Amino acid sequence: MLWVDKYRPKTLDQITVHEDVAQNLKKLVTEQDCPHLLFYGPPGAGKKTLIMALLRQMFGNSAEKVKVENRTWKVDAGSRSIDIELTTLASANHIEMSPSDAGFQDRYVVQEIIKEMAKNRPIDTKGKKGFKVLLLNEVDKLSREAQHSLRRTMEKYSAYCRLILCCNSSSRVIEAIRSRCLNVRINAPNEEQIVRALDFISKKEDLQLPSGFAARIAEKSNRNLRRAILSLETCRVQQYPFSSKQTIPPMDWEEYISEIASDIMKEQSPKRLFQVRGKLYELLINCIPPEIILKRLLYELLKKLDAELKLEVCHWAAYYEHRMRLGQKAIFHLEAFVAKFMSVYKAFLIATFG
Amino acid sequence: MAPIVQSSQPWVEKYRPKQVKDVAHQDEVVRVLTNTLETGSCPHMLFYGPPGTGKTTTALAIAHQLFGPELYKSRVLELNASDDRGINVVRTKIKDFAAVAVSTNQRKSGYPCPPYKIIVLDEADSMTEDAQNALRRTMETHSKVTRFFFICNYISRIIEPLASRCAKFRFKPLSEEIMSSRILYICREEGLNLDSEALSTLSSISQGDLRRAITYLQSAARLFGSSISSKDLISVSGVIPTEVVQAFLATCKSGNFDSANKEVNDFIAEGYPVSQFLTQLFEAIVEADDISDEQKARISKKLGEADKCLVDGADEYLQLLDVASNTIRACCNMPEGFSFDG
Ligand SMILES: Nc1ncnc2c1ncn2[C@@H]1O[C@H](COP(=O)(O)OP(=O)(O)OP(=O)(O)O)[C@@H](O)[C@H]1O
Ligand SMILES: Nc1ncnc2c1ncn2[C@@H]1O[C@H](COP(=O)(O)OP(=O)(O)OP(=O)(O)O)[C@@H](O)[C@H]1O
Ligand SMILES: [Mg+2]
Ligand SMILES: [Mg+2]
Repeated sequence: MLWVDKYRPKTLDQITVHEDVAQNLKKLVTEQDCPHLLFYGPPGAGKKTLIMALLRQMFGNSAEKVKVENRTWKVDAGSRSIDIELTTLASANHIEMSPSDAGFQDRYVVQEIIKEMAKNRPIDTKGKKGFKVLLLNEVDKLSREAQHSLRRTMEKYSAYCRLILCCNSSSRVIEAIRSRCLNVRINAPNEEQIVRALDFISKKEDLQLPSGFAARIAEKSNRNLRRAILSLETCRVQQYPFSSKQTIPPMDWEEYISEIASDIMKEQSPKRLFQVRGKLYELLINCIPPEIILKRLLYELLKKLDAELKLEVCHWAAYYEHRMRLGQKAIFHLEAFVAKFMSVYKAFLIATFG
Repeated sequence: MAPIVQSSQPWVEKYRPKQVKDVAHQDEVVRVLTNTLETGSCPHMLFYGPPGTGKTTTALAIAHQLFGPELYKSRVLELNASDDRGINVVRTKIKDFAAVAVSTNQRKSGYPCPPYKIIVLDEADSMTEDAQNALRRTMETHSKVTRFFFICNYISRIIEPLASRCAKFRFKPLSEEIMSSRILYICREEGLNLDSEALSTLSSISQGDLRRAITYLQSAARLFGSSISSKDLISVSGVIPTEVVQAFLATCKSGNFDSANKEVNDFIAEGYPVSQFLTQLFEAIVEADDISDEQKARISKKLGEADKCLVDGADEYLQLLDVASNTIRACCNMPEGFSFDG
């Protein structure tokens, strides 16, 4: 088992990073009438960990006895019937799923499947709670329509069904849904907290950490605890005992983007643009999300620019990412950003150096 | 309906008014509907306004009060966004429902039971234009025996031919005063203690959304016990601390891009919602007295654009960084775009 799973705290009391939130959640569920919850925060901050611990607090050990089910649902879509494939994880008291996996058909998942689940009374009457929980991941990726479809369901069946929603960006969740939940913000752990988590794991694994080593991992992790733990494990595999100078391997794709940035800085021409396009394509094929590529590329470019240009370039990054969101082919917009950058940069060079 | 275990309902549902007269702050619609209860006559209705202001509550309350529990099922059809409301469904479901005649003179145990059926189309702004168009005919065909209640957040998303057939009521965000009195009522019922500062904080952070206020109240009660302070409420509400907004603004004024970028990074890592930040930043900008009107205009224009981009689903980090860079340019009186002539 990977360390990220092995050392995931199981109960609210074991949670160290968001101790205050964990203790608050514990109090929140002492009574039967807790509101719906919306957890939001950056990746790898510990949302899921908190939610799982919360379920355990509500339902005891049975929350961990989950069955994975891959089912195809036949839903009636007006004049025709469509098949929707969906993976659910269910215990006696809760069901977890990511309705946005159904893509543009996510509305049907909410209207047909989730509503049915919410309607049904909890099966397990022996359980401590009079309600069951529906845990929905990545609700910020749900279409507007699907989000609207959740609204009345959250009200109508709230006596015996609670929703726990989880997402990265709460700006993408419609106001009517946010109004129906207690919003719980989970911030990314700071470097100090990450160091402590790494120290803890090292002790358990009986590893000697040279001084400052954990801090370097933490610094490189960009406040992402999952990433920090993964790095530690990679380092352990690459070289043990650790040396304090040991390099912390960056992600392949990040290195690749750093190369792309250098390519762009060296030459601004249609030929170079064509080469860069190939490399961007490579990243997309390897399933690096386009907005992550764009943000990383911006990060690399900003390191190399004058202040005046930085102001300009970050505007164009935002501009093309927005267009990418509205469009369909990410590569067009990534390439457009690079082309724009080249033209701005070249004009700057000519104006400055003639 | 099966009996519900009372205690397991969240407070927002527990304190949903059952009668029209208990709906707070929406006097106009309450007056009209009270009249309906007496005379039985009722036009088609369109309720619109922001979340948590009582729209669904009002529609359900009047329907229950008109028909009572026995007739409710046969006389009231509620279709909301959780139902498939494509054209076909709209046509058949409503037709089938409206087609069964109502027997007049069915006055049951004190309920008015007027001789029509009510169709509540909740969250109607999520219906497609086509489906709305299909409704026009249906409305006309069955106008003798049905009354439609349309409910939505944005009236602009309801097509004009439907809207113009209805008596329109705007549900206003609840005023702080009304909100406070409703909150105090709940506090009494639940045995909570709220000082006046906490009360006014709660009213202001909920921004006229009573549902939100009740959720904050319940959460704070669970977390901090029966005596709740203003600080407790702020901590459950997740509003962005003013210091964060001020620090951001100060950094932008200093003109240092790298520190602004770092601030944006930290902001995202803290998980604050950028859309809400823009609202708070806007307020801070408008109030700032060391920023000229022209600068304010430049900054605000960008805030609007970024807000729209966020609604479209754009990346929060990039949008906020763009806002930061624009604000730096405005505060330091730099030209808007990059000028190529050095
Ligand atoms: N309180 C904690 N103490 C120690 N380790 C933790 C804690 N919270 C999370 N972790 C570790 O960090 C990893 C990431 O956490 P988690 O999966 O909860 O993040 P997340 O917020 O759901 O991220 P994402 O949005 O990317 O899904 C977990 O695998 C776990 O090992
Ligand atoms: N005017 C009001 N008077 C009394 N209670 C209210 C009022 N408005 C909202 N509430 C409270 O907030 C809860 C939600 O209100 P309601 O469902 O009517 O909102 P809505 O206007 O339909 O919102 P949405 O647009 O999100 O559907 C109610 O259960 C009730 O507790
Ligand atoms: Mg997760
Ligand atoms: Mg409603």
